[in-house]
Amino acid sequence: MLVDSPPEQRAESVPAPPTRRAIRSFGLLASAGILLLVALASIAIGAKDLSLAQVWHGLFQDSGTYSDVVVDDRISRTALGLLAGAALGLAGAVLQALTRNPLADPGLLGINAGASAAVVTAISFLGVTSMSGYIWFAFFGAAAVGALVWFLGGSRGATPVRLALAGTAISAALYGYLQAVMISDDAALGRMRFWTVGSLSAATGSTIKQVLPFLVLGMLLALALARPLNAMAMGDDTAKALGAHLNRTRALSMLAATVLCGAATAACGPIVFVGLMVPHVVRSFTGPDLRWILPYSAVLSPVLLLGADVIGRIVARPAEVQVGIITAIIGGPVFILLVRRRRTAQL
Amino acid sequence: MKTNRAVRTPGGLSVRLDVRALVVVLLLLLAAFGASVLLIGTGDFPISAGDVVRTLLGGGDPGQDFIVNELRLPRVLVALLVGACLGLGGALFQAVSRNPLGSPDILGLGQGATAGALTVIVLFSGSANQVTAGALVGGLVTGLAIYLLAWKQGVHGYRLVLVGIGMSAILTAVNGYLLTVSDIVDAARSVVWMTGSLSGRDWEQVWPLLALCAVLVPLVLGNARALRMMEMGDDVAGALGVRVERVRALLMVSAVLLTATATAAAGPVSFVALTAPQLARRLTRSPGPNLLPSLCMGATLLVVADWSSQRLFGADQMPVGVVTGVVGGVYLLWLLVSERRAGRI
Repeated sequence: MLVDSPPEQRAESVPAPPTRRAIRSFGLLASAGILLLVALASIAIGAKDLSLAQVWHGLFQDSGTYSDVVVDDRISRTALGLLAGAALGLAGAVLQALTRNPLADPGLLGINAGASAAVVTAISFLGVTSMSGYIWFAFFGAAAVGALVWFLGGSRGATPVRLALAGTAISAALYGYLQAVMISDDAALGRMRFWTVGSLSAATGSTIKQVLPFLVLGMLLALALARPLNAMAMGDDTAKALGAHLNRTRALSMLAATVLCGAATAACGPIVFVGLMVPHVVRSFTGPDLRWILPYSAVLSPVLLLGADVIGRIVARPAEVQVGIITAIIGGPVFILLVRRRRTAQL
Repeated sequence: MKTNRAVRTPGGLSVRLDVRALVVVLLLLLAAFGASVLLIGTGDFPISAGDVVRTLLGGGDPGQDFIVNELRLPRVLVALLVGACLGLGGALFQAVSRNPLGSPDILGLGQGATAGALTVIVLFSGSANQVTAGALVGGLVTGLAIYLLAWKQGVHGYRLVLVGIGMSAILTAVNGYLLTVSDIVDAARSVVWMTGSLSGRDWEQVWPLLALCAVLVPLVLGNARALRMMEMGDDVAGALGVRVERVRALLMVSAVLLTATATAAAGPVSFVALTAPQLARRLTRSPGPNLLPSLCMGATLLVVADWSSQRLFGADQMPVGVVTGVVGGVYLLWLLVSERRAGRI
């Protein structure tokens, strides 16, 4: 019963000055506003300079001119950025709650390496050449490695270090395989060197349609897990006493995280650190309640991803720097800062 | 078998001998020598083991003399020295971080050297020697950066590992960027370098490695006793008279130098630094840092791996790093499973 009537609901019945809940709801709205602005920037800014009038024309009076086509491209790119960003943020938040480990991230858990290994196999041995063909392989590879890391690293009580090390070990082994294939196959090297850095530039309507069902399913599942994960944060025994199903929650969380990361990685290639950073930043102002962390992460992660993508389009004009590179270069120092600040480093 | 024996001299001096470790070292040296002879004999122009030994001692005919002493011996020496440096460097890193996975591969030193080498290859299309210099600088700067970033009133083991993981992620992104902006010829050259290869190494690479080993190996081995004390914890070691941070800084600098030089000579050959100390430890069954056995094990591993890659794929078809990568990856997974079963990590 305690779980079913959280403090916020009781607080609501008391007419009080702006409650925390009101402030947080307002903050969520404001974040959504920022997201809208970044999304618009992502449509307006790019390698090709377009005036605002041209962008407006492309958005609302599409008549197939050159600039309209450019705007159409940017719209699908922005849509993919929104979806993938939200997916990575949610997956990161769920993984961090599940492992009670602030350092959990799909990249550190080897899911990216699994997807990469599956894609290079598809290119080199099965002759798959289209972007839409990679998606299923990437998805399968991510799922397989997610399961393996979970099994090796902590199916019986995951500790932060154990999971991170299991992920790193499996990534290392898979990257060895990746290199062997790339050395012996020039065509695979030519394609893989662009795929492995993670980019939104290949987004098309059909890519989005392929991953959309998985992303929606994963997001709904992740949001629904907020309550049981909240209970589990109090420790296994307390959670059990509160009526949470430990194993079911763990399995569903891992499933949600793998589906979300797998689908996002399949569509844009491996993008690291979005899932790590955003839930951290969010936690610093929402506190530990996942019912706030999850929606905030879902809104703010695309802000980071689209922002990094816009930066990547500007810094090396007329060429582009892939979004995965920009996120790692921003995210790496943040990760090191967290390690230095937090007690996790002493586990 | 009683493994520890004290040897006393009439003058009152005594030294403790670990007999098992000594036997392991001797056997590993024998194995390394045997594999080296086999490796020298392998190639487009096969030479029998007896002829190889005779030529090495100065008794071969001119043709064999040229092939053995000018073409193949330097390559084998580079393999031995690189393996030794990586084995010793790995043992030091693992002892200092108190973590069997705290090897230079995972701490991002390999990625740092790669970033240096790729910068030279991709941005300047540099010669082989310039690539070596770039790798050396990249490795040293990365090592220094990791050490400084992990410093917070001393360097703690897990913080070192986690800072290293973050560092290697940043550098991986940099390397990925360099690969995407290069043309396909430079990209292919980069990938071969990134895998770690011994082909085409000559006397020019041997001398710097040998000089470095001559200075650092005695220095490191001289501090082995202090390192052994530090395994009991910093406080205990301090109480026993070890200047913990000073020894640690000295050993870390040595480890970074050893690893960076080895990587500059042969590329980031993966997993030797990770597996050599673990295998050595399992052979000697001694809990200490096992520095000398790790060194010998590294040398043996790399020569054997190079020989197997020559036999399996043909002369110079696959760089040695592919063999060490695949074998090492499988070994690493097995290590994780067995350590987990034993409840140690």
